[in-house]
Amino acid sequence: MCYLYVEVHSVISIPPRLIHRGQASVYDTGCVMATPRADDWSWFPALALGVSFLKCILINAYHSTDFEVHRNWLAITHSLPVSKWYHENTSEWTLDYPPLFAWFEYSLSHVAQHFDKEMLVVQNLLYTSPATILFQRLSVIVTDIVFIYAVKECCRSVREEKGSKDLLGHPFFILAALLLWNFGLLIVDHIHFQYNGFLFGILLLSVARHLQGRHLEGALLFTVLLNLKHIYLYIAPAYGIFLLRSYCFTEDNTDGSVRWSSFSPVRLVALGSIVISVGALSFGPFIAMGQLPQVLSRLFPFKRGLCHAYWAPNVWALYNMVDKALSVLGVRLKLLDVAKLPKASMTGGLVQEFQHSILPSVSPSITLICTLLSIMPAVLSIWCRPRGARGFLRCLVVCALGSFMFGWHVHEKAILMAILPFSILAVESREDAGIFLMLTTTGHYSLFPLLFTAAELPIKVLLMLLFTLYSFTSLKKLFRGSLLNPLETTYLLGLVAVEILCEVVYPLSPWQHTMPFVPLLVTSVYCSLGVCYSFIRLYVSLLRQHGTDKHKQL
Amino acid sequence: MENWSLVSICVLFGLTARWAVSLNSYSGAGKPPMFGDYEAQRHWQEVTYNLPVHEWYFNTTDNNLNYWGLDYPPLTAYHSLLCAHDHGFDFCWVLVADLLIYIPAVVLYSFYLSEGSNKKKVCTVLCILLYPGLILIDYGHFQYNSISLGLALWGVVVLGLGWDVLGSLAFVLSLNYKQMELYHSLPFFCYLLGKCFKQGLAGRGLFLLVKIAVTVLVTFALCWLPFLSDPGQILQVVHRLFPVGRGLFEDKVANTWCSLNVLIKIKTILSTDTQLYISLTTTLLAILPSSIKLLMKPTLWQFKLALVNSSLAFFLFSFQVHEKSILLPALPVCLLLNDLPLPAIWFLQASTFSMLPLFLKDGLLVPYVVTSLAFLFFSIYLLSALEHCSEDKLRLGPYRRLLICMPRMDLGRFYFSITAMAGLSFMSVALAPPAQLPDLFPLLVSVFSYLHFLGLLLYFNIVQIAEPPQSVRKNQKKSN
Repeated sequence: MCYLYVEVHSVISIPPRLIHRGQASVYDTGCVMATPRADDWSWFPALALGVSFLKCILINAYHSTDFEVHRNWLAITHSLPVSKWYHENTSEWTLDYPPLFAWFEYSLSHVAQHFDKEMLVVQNLLYTSPATILFQRLSVIVTDIVFIYAVKECCRSVREEKGSKDLLGHPFFILAALLLWNFGLLIVDHIHFQYNGFLFGILLLSVARHLQGRHLEGALLFTVLLNLKHIYLYIAPAYGIFLLRSYCFTEDNTDGSVRWSSFSPVRLVALGSIVISVGALSFGPFIAMGQLPQVLSRLFPFKRGLCHAYWAPNVWALYNMVDKALSVLGVRLKLLDVAKLPKASMTGGLVQEFQHSILPSVSPSITLICTLLSIMPAVLSIWCRPRGARGFLRCLVVCALGSFMFGWHVHEKAILMAILPFSILAVESREDAGIFLMLTTTGHYSLFPLLFTAAELPIKVLLMLLFTLYSFTSLKKLFRGSLLNPLETTYLLGLVAVEILCEVVYPLSPWQHTMPFVPLLVTSVYCSLGVCYSFIRLYVSLLRQHGTDKHKQL
Repeated sequence: MENWSLVSICVLFGLTARWAVSLNSYSGAGKPPMFGDYEAQRHWQEVTYNLPVHEWYFNTTDNNLNYWGLDYPPLTAYHSLLCAHDHGFDFCWVLVADLLIYIPAVVLYSFYLSEGSNKKKVCTVLCILLYPGLILIDYGHFQYNSISLGLALWGVVVLGLGWDVLGSLAFVLSLNYKQMELYHSLPFFCYLLGKCFKQGLAGRGLFLLVKIAVTVLVTFALCWLPFLSDPGQILQVVHRLFPVGRGLFEDKVANTWCSLNVLIKIKTILSTDTQLYISLTTTLLAILPSSIKLLMKPTLWQFKLALVNSSLAFFLFSFQVHEKSILLPALPVCLLLNDLPLPAIWFLQASTFSMLPLFLKDGLLVPYVVTSLAFLFFSIYLLSALEHCSEDKLRLGPYRRLLICMPRMDLGRFYFSITAMAGLSFMSVALAPPAQLPDLFPLLVSVFSYLHFLGLLLYFNIVQIAEPPQSVRKNQKKSN
């Protein structure tokens, strides 16, 4: 402990309140902490402030159309009555998040009017005055406080082993750095523009509450999150089954299976009332106005295609690729007639339905079935052999990744839903750390096409290097040894080649004009290999744990 | 974690901050007819690429010197020529130059020439790389200071490692990149000469002196090769480099003359020649003590302090000083971050603040605020600056009595000064100046910074003269 003090060069002395709370949480969770230590947390504000400064100098960087999307929502919620929120369609970027998010925008708009009133006019499409940019960027940076708080709570719930003396080698320090400085969040929120930090803050806080055994709070936070952005429905199965199995049933049989007699109706009612009351608060007014079908049609626009304009690196990217390869092969071997093939402008840049030429086309219901099948074993495993909050967390990551792999019209940003919660597991076990490195590196690289402007090229490369270098060296130090096998290392080094090929060599070649989609195609196919591999490894680790548990009981 | 990965992370972070600043507005963006330094750099490329060498520094029909004529030494011109060969002209070149010259020098300096644990060294690297003044001028305002400063730093590092010939080579190159490096020249000269004296002018010292002199002359000759054929060429280049006709100072500079001008209108009362002589005499007087001390005792510690004292004296007293020249004293002060954290941070903060009017003109308010806050926070936190402000730690030695008669350096004053800087920054941005005093805020900023510079010049001189006894330095090592 003394050693730590010398190393940290602490400036700010520890507030006594913090020590007390830190210890309390240790006892609450009953985690296997070495000794309850009066940790000096002064490094935490330093990490958080550092990244906040970085966010602030990115204020004038490139921002995508999502910036206009959120400006439009500010204007809609500010200037129109609630009944018109989900009917307004002056801009093509209609409100398509659940009502609580609309209220969030509504509250932001009250601050916004002190910056520039013009941004709150619905007709001012593509309005970007300096004050508007400043306000919208600052709103993301300030609401990230939720994320920062959640990260702190997660760090407190991390298990650690005895023996590490160096602050930089502590799991909680590494976790804080991996989450706060996450490359994906930085570029998606603070360059591309979105409010993911705030939303993931609520998710991580909910996970931390479950790790700390405060399940009702966790459930409440997750319900709120669902009503802010419905994409989190993908991980709802993990929450539902976990709460039902491990919270509503209070005891297990000796072999770990569920003891039906221990069912607690009080707990179920408590959970149910939380879900229903939050739902009523959010959707109630719209149900009362008879607008529920309209709201739902905005939330679930199934008219979009199987893949986004740039294919997210998932199974369907590989599927499309195989289809394309087969059709090209078929034409070459004269087995197919070119005139009969559907004209598919592959990744031409427009969101449109992609028709397969050889393989059967994929419908939304098929993707739904595939997604459900892919998460089924994980969900069943936490029902049959619950392994506490950590088992739930693993299941949550599998759900997020499964839906990313098989979902309909998946956006590449959705990979963050798996990466961020997985960081917690990565600092606790060696095997997870290896999978984490594979998943984050490929997943983060697949976000590169989000920023395509020349001025932002160095910043994305530098930030990616910064994060990747840190994650590799810190996890390697934490687990004292290499975490990847030579094949995996080669694959990851291949990303460097892909980057040079796609962003340096290819634009200089003549094909840039005839086939401009090739770099995106290569990126998404190459990355999907890595993401699929990580998904399989994650599944293997989950099922192996399941197996060892069974084995122990026999 | 291993040192190399920590250092790489710090360097990557420094580079990220630099590039992020460059995403903001730059000097003279959309401000015709003269635009700004960005346009100047572009114009130099045009000139060097399209005209023969002997026309670069002359006013001809193709080369209007009044529109951003070349006024830097030949190496800058060659560099422009090099950049012009690649059409992708932008901030990339600055980043590459930084990565190749300035940053390696910073890392080498921190690891080989500063004291303390490895972690402390890494912290020093990060703090030096985060110094806002250099980042904002190079990446916001757009200049290539990191090249000349980087070369000078290479000179310091190589001299510190004991390779005197290579060190003088690096410094001559930096001098040939920007003539402002003359601010650093006297300490280099005195350090090398002092070393020769120490080795005995009759024997090895003389040999060393000859080696250094030959290196300097040959390097100079090589840099000026295209201009050597015609004495008129040399005179014209020298004339372009030292534009005496431009007056004692321009705009608002935080130096003696501009501050004195508030009370006495020296710029109008005195003739240009008198101004030139007065500034020359005062500058010489101000650098004399530190140079003599260095000559007597050529150690690295003395050398670093002499660099600060000499360049700061030049900035405060010499002729035709630009506000950006504060970067020259700032470089050696960065090297003192590890030894004298609080005064160094104070100086660096004041130097960034002194360029505020320039940043506002360039539309760099947000990066100015953010990088300054980040630098203050990180340097104070990582170097535990606030714990190193007892009189022992400030290295005043036997001269601490002297300080009774001048303002003392303590935390209260530090906080007060930082708050005042914040307040003045806020006023410059938010308030409209009174109609009869349109330059009120820039003037307040420069006078306020001037007071800091003057006080710190005195302080650094005292520290240099009163070299702490060996025991204090040993204690310092232990406590680290």
